[in-house]
Amino acid sequence: MSLNELTAHVLHEKLKAREITAVELTESLYARIAEVEPHVKGYLTLTKDLALEQASRADAGFQNGDDMPALAGIPIAIKDVICTQGVRTTCASKILETFVPPYDATVMTKLHAQGIVMLGKTNMDEFAMGSSTENSAYQVTHNPWDLDTIPGGSSGGSAAVVSADIAVCSLGSDTGGSIRQPAALCGVVGMKPTYGRVSRYGLVAFASSLDQIGPFTKDVTDCALLLNAICGSDAMDATSVDVPVPDFTQGLINDVKGLKIGIPKEYFTPALDPEIADRVHTATAVLESLGATVEEISLPHTEYAIATYYIIAPAEASANLARYDGVRYGYRNESPEDLIDMYKKTRSEAFGEEVKRRIMIGTFALSAGYQDAYYRKAQKARTLIKSDFDAAFEKVDVIATPTSPTPAFKIGERTADPLQMYLSDVMTTPASHAGLPGISVPCGFVGNGLPVGLQLLGAPFAEEKVLQVAYTFEQNTDHHRQKPEIGT
Amino acid sequence: MATITTEGVLHVANLARLEFNEEEMEHFTDQLARILDYIGKLNELETDEVPPTSHIHPHQVFIMGSQTEASHVAKPDVVKPSYPREEVLANAPEAEEGYFGVPRVVDRSH
Repeated sequence: MSLNELTAHVLHEKLKAREITAVELTESLYARIAEVEPHVKGYLTLTKDLALEQASRADAGFQNGDDMPALAGIPIAIKDVICTQGVRTTCASKILETFVPPYDATVMTKLHAQGIVMLGKTNMDEFAMGSSTENSAYQVTHNPWDLDTIPGGSSGGSAAVVSADIAVCSLGSDTGGSIRQPAALCGVVGMKPTYGRVSRYGLVAFASSLDQIGPFTKDVTDCALLLNAICGSDAMDATSVDVPVPDFTQGLINDVKGLKIGIPKEYFTPALDPEIADRVHTATAVLESLGATVEEISLPHTEYAIATYYIIAPAEASANLARYDGVRYGYRNESPEDLIDMYKKTRSEAFGEEVKRRIMIGTFALSAGYQDAYYRKAQKARTLIKSDFDAAFEKVDVIATPTSPTPAFKIGERTADPLQMYLSDVMTTPASHAGLPGISVPCGFVGNGLPVGLQLLGAPFAEEKVLQVAYTFEQNTDHHRQKPEIGT
Repeated sequence: MATITTEGVLHVANLARLEFNEEEMEHFTDQLARILDYIGKLNELETDEVPPTSHIHPHQVFIMGSQTEASHVAKPDVVKPSYPREEVLANAPEAEEGYFGVPRVVDRSH
């Protein structure tokens, strides 16, 4: 395998043994980017000069024989919703086309402390609102497994670049499934940590009670290494939680004997692609054969998760996106009649259709006379959804479900019908409401060759147990080793 | 739950500082009505006795040994340097004498 295809933990050993240099590794990534990025279109910004400087610094450390962190010299891509000091951060929106953050998000400070190499910023649905990355104001990202299909979303760029071996790993953000769903559709590992595990400081806010940053990787070991690097409470984010951060590699145990895995019957509806249902049942049978106890459970309020999500997330978004008014940063209409007219023209010209739709839903749900009927009602439904999970985790250690009801769909197939697009998130939003940690790992392919993801959910802060089940599954199967042949 | 009319959409658009042309208005009214119709599904739920969840922080409090709902946590008021003014203003569409510039809001004739 060429260097750009390897995992971070394998590369770390090679860097440490000085078999390879970080500069050589970084060059191999950009060489592959030159070949396949014109087909995939996963990046909005490439930062090659900066990356080579960072690689040289890592190499100096390795040459010195310094004790280098696990991610030193590892080329990583960052979703363009995470602020990167001195590097344009657009959220794939026209309204932030020229925005250059004067500061780094806390996750970036932490990654730079490890000595990573940042390859560039990845494409996404505008302000992370979408399930296909088609809502980007700049470009459509293509799924490396079939260039006519979408990569999932909203972190579609971050998933596609890892799948296409044009990044070793990447960061995305997950509000209602925006890491797990594209990971499933692109055949890579993607994890949303427990809400509060990772600082949101510098993550451009969409729905603050749901947003969480997490990794995309080629295997579960790399996932644990990235979690080690980014987790931890932060004085700059009052919602980050002050609990001890374990060494997540301790969860990399190839054994599930005695663990109880619950399969929620409500996820296996007629809307679920039968081939996906089959792959997920095959996957849980593998875990059962390795000694886990698999039992059917019930999460009775699952069917209300989408309706709840499409009130809470837009409501929070309508407040968060009020800041884009053409005053402090970004786009401004040049010829307004007055201040209010400037706000209206600026926002109407520079927000995309989906963003406007969500601002409208959210503003309506919070407006006088409707707040109790919509927003308050959704917050109560959220309690019921969360209670379902609380009860389930009294009985089981981990919950296994499909990540997405369908494999990757064709570009353009669902853009005309927002509601149809929203239903793409039916398997991932319930856990978002409850703030649970969730991972998607590759568990096979459907007949036409598109990847399928297995979602594993844990109780709050039980990431290690989720990783243990994911790792055991991965060590006993080879789905994660399959590679797409791009453009053939 | 109510259905939404064109007048309702106009009112909400004004609150959100957005504006739409006639065609977009029709399109949005239709789409919002369909989405709100779907969201109406929540009316099937009996929630009179259910407390709302605004965030999942009670976990944090639980882990720290208390069962009470997290309330506001005040941080000590420590003076720290902020970002340099020039760096912050560098992103502004219009800046003048260290301030953000906006269209005139004060009438000088009074």
